[in-house]
Amino acid sequence: MTKKKPVVYPYIPNSEPGVKQRMLAQIGVPGVEALYASIPEALRLNRRLDLPEALLSECALRKHVEELLSRNATCKERLNFRGAGCYQHYVPAVCDEINGRSEFLTAYAGEPYEDHGRFQTLFEYASMLGELLDMDVVNVPNYDGFQAAGTSIRMASRITGRYEALVSASINPDKLAMIRGYCEPDISLRVLGFDPGEGQLELAELQAALSDKTAAVYFENPSYLGVIQSQAENLAELARRHGAVCIVAVDPTSLGVLTPPVHYGADIVCGDIQSLGMHMQFGGGQAGFIATRDEEKYVMQYPSRLFGIAPTSVLGEYGFGDVAYERTSFAIREEGREWVGTAAALWGITAAVYLALMGPQGMAELGEGIMQRSHYAAMRLGAIRGVRAPAFTSAFFKEFVVNFDGTGKTVSQINAALLGMGIFGGKDITQEFPDLGNSALYCVTEVHSKAELDRLVTAVEEAVQ
Amino acid sequence: MTQGISRHRFSDGELNLRRFHQARWDEPVIFELTEPGQRGVLPPEPEAGIREAAGDVLATLPQGMHRKRPPALPELSQVHVLRHYLRLSQENLGADINIDVGQGTCTMKYSPKVNDQLTRLPGMAELHPLQDVETVQGILEVMYRFEQMLKEISGLDRFTFQPGAGSQAIYTCALIIRAYHASRGEASQRDEVITTIFSHPSDAACAKTAGYKVLTLYPDANGYPDLDALKAAVSDRTAALLITNPEDTGIFNPRISQFVETVHDAGGLCFYDQANANGILGITRARDAGFDMCHFNLHKTFSAPHGCGGPGGAAAGCTEALARFLPVPTVERNGDYYYLDYHRPDSIGKVRSFYGVAPAVLKAYAWVMSLGGDGLREVAEVAVLNNNYLLRRMQEIPGLRAPYAEGQHRIEQVRYSWAELCEETDVHSEDIGLRAADFGVHYWTSHHPYVVKEPMTLEPTESYSKTDLDEYAAILRHVAQEARSDPDVVRTAPHNSTVHRVDPGPLDDPKQWAVTWRAYLRKLRERGPDPA
Repeated sequence: MTKKKPVVYPYIPNSEPGVKQRMLAQIGVPGVEALYASIPEALRLNRRLDLPEALLSECALRKHVEELLSRNATCKERLNFRGAGCYQHYVPAVCDEINGRSEFLTAYAGEPYEDHGRFQTLFEYASMLGELLDMDVVNVPNYDGFQAAGTSIRMASRITGRYEALVSASINPDKLAMIRGYCEPDISLRVLGFDPGEGQLELAELQAALSDKTAAVYFENPSYLGVIQSQAENLAELARRHGAVCIVAVDPTSLGVLTPPVHYGADIVCGDIQSLGMHMQFGGGQAGFIATRDEEKYVMQYPSRLFGIAPTSVLGEYGFGDVAYERTSFAIREEGREWVGTAAALWGITAAVYLALMGPQGMAELGEGIMQRSHYAAMRLGAIRGVRAPAFTSAFFKEFVVNFDGTGKTVSQINAALLGMGIFGGKDITQEFPDLGNSALYCVTEVHSKAELDRLVTAVEEAVQ
Repeated sequence: MTQGISRHRFSDGELNLRRFHQARWDEPVIFELTEPGQRGVLPPEPEAGIREAAGDVLATLPQGMHRKRPPALPELSQVHVLRHYLRLSQENLGADINIDVGQGTCTMKYSPKVNDQLTRLPGMAELHPLQDVETVQGILEVMYRFEQMLKEISGLDRFTFQPGAGSQAIYTCALIIRAYHASRGEASQRDEVITTIFSHPSDAACAKTAGYKVLTLYPDANGYPDLDALKAAVSDRTAALLITNPEDTGIFNPRISQFVETVHDAGGLCFYDQANANGILGITRARDAGFDMCHFNLHKTFSAPHGCGGPGGAAAGCTEALARFLPVPTVERNGDYYYLDYHRPDSIGKVRSFYGVAPAVLKAYAWVMSLGGDGLREVAEVAVLNNNYLLRRMQEIPGLRAPYAEGQHRIEQVRYSWAELCEETDVHSEDIGLRAADFGVHYWTSHHPYVVKEPMTLEPTESYSKTDLDEYAAILRHVAQEARSDPDVVRTAPHNSTVHRVDPGPLDDPKQWAVTWRAYLRKLRERGPDPA
């Protein structure tokens, strides 16, 4: 039997036997084994890991992964109307160009000197999102909109010293579950119902629930079910009158046309930036934001990093650094606010590029164009016999509930038929919101052409027959 | 005459240090580049048929909900946006570009380009997470297969990839700990967790966020806590131990099984923070030491890129006994069909939206596939070889020490101390790092608190060559010499970096700090003109 030649791994330069021997000699040990002397024999695996055979060539590896990915059907090939937190928007080429740069893609936690670019870009991200929100403080992105909501509520509790949060029921049940788990140690949640006709959180409902124990009132605008709150200002005012913090979660793509929540009284605004230049990536493009006014009592309660601008020793040179670093778990471990760690900075960088490309006019055109398309789609779907769209009477932005009670078909039957016609129909919400009957949540964005929306309408007509 | 240039690159047979200078574009903040009326990208206009049928959609908005003033975003043409962010990218030192061994504890390794290209394919990038399961069989198979790999690598029984990165995986396990004790009626009694000061700050902070009181153990002369210290800390209030091994010192705690036993005997669970797994892949496993849970970072150990601080990717794993508490959904297989299982009544629910950072799972899977069992062991062995080689080179530098476990080999990293040099020269570890930046490398001190004085943590993963390590060592040797011969040049560094020393004063002053450009401009206005 011939002896197997040792593999020199392209990712492991010192796997080359000659250099390995020279290094071992310089350390003064006969083999690598000697370097593991501190690991007791009883803890040793002492066998080869039982893993699939390596695909040593890049060519073979690429083929293998491409073959696996080819088993997916993408939203490029199919026509997609699912949103519910992850959105198919157009991603400008420059977004991918910048987030693919080695300098950004592979950096980590450098200082504001050799990683000046990261600090400035994330400062610009916060600054541009700050303009969209009309707010002065925006964090370096956290994991996602779920985390942003959970943290916003915990911030409100720390700010007020109170331990109850009121949450509108028009929320993604997964998100509610995450918030519940996140707040459990300190804060009790009360879920407030919505009006079945309008889909709105009602003033009387909130009024009855508010007390001097209320730390936060949390609602979404547009809501998970797509509804734009018509009494947002009154809701915020009620919260304020009871000394509670008003938290509003918002879809940033709506803010070219919708009023920023701070104008109707929000104290903390949060959400997800996936729709600002990130591909969907099976949910891998999510990233969260939290924004507040620039008040010390708010700023000191952020767990996240906040990048601030500062002078350097050279006049006219912009420097950057961490604002109020001592509040973080990096500085003081469990005494910090919640925790901070690796989250989603590259998506913040990408959102900066997106907002810079779009500019004020782009965001306004985007918002209006989405509304025109979603209204067109809802109107045409609503004209199908037995279909109610939009199911709520309230104004909506890019998502709307479609009710199929009058068709005699379930959403799952309809979606199965649509899938057969190459369409991902709206998200089935009959389990999540049984009171809404046989309903689906549809999402329409600027990527949809008239022909595609018409194709959806024809397909739904066929599916409900 | 071109001959003879090359010989001037050497002194005494050794390659000279680089005459490095980082890009310094002196780039304005993007708002200063605005030119009214310019457009970066045009959104697609709806067709006339849509516009006519939809009518004045903005009139449907409730009173007060139509934005009055447009957002004051900058206005730039496309090439100017591109140029600005390309310049800022050049003012950033990614791991692809520098010898990134100075970011200890973070396992900076090569993130293969092929894997990045694969995740940019539509088959990954253009998948909606709520697509019908039969249309995402490929990515579900990747997640399923990668779970099987991690089961083999850790010895544990189930994994979730839902956490967005390592800290969220620690948090996930803290919730599992909470659910486990609640299931036994001991939730309120067991309100303490134990960790060590050389475990990541998130082991303490995430457990605290989940509602626990945190007890922190400190090392003895060996570099890890004494078993008696642990025995004194455990009680019937102990919910869990959260511990790294090797800790951030690179020292492996050989009595780890006894630590686990001690906590188990007291009724607590044991979570293994495997942020430092790179040197022990295929050598020793979480199961072998008796752990109930562990986590891996898919950036770091499994090669997904760090992205300036995320998206990362994480795997949280546990034994079969705890699997019922994992977040929903889990990825399951029935024959050749893969599906998502939400029907898990004891689950802790959700920790993040959807299923985590799926492209990071794909990159990690592809990385393991490129290496196999032998390759993973080679990763570990070369990471340890590199670390001990660099340790040997570092020991040649006067004024630098590697505290604890004197004379022993380390696993994959070392926490060094410049305390002696600082005492002699009043040059601090941070100064040394900023001076090192002048030679084109990144350097980081350590996590707080500085239990090791004037710390520096080097982690030379398998991605670096002997020549890379020699260069890094030569830079630090040179800077240490400068600290003695010309300390001011070190104290005022960086000189060749993008910017000079930042005045940190405003960053901690509520009257001056500015997290956005608008806040900066407002505070400037409020302060009035600078004194002449």
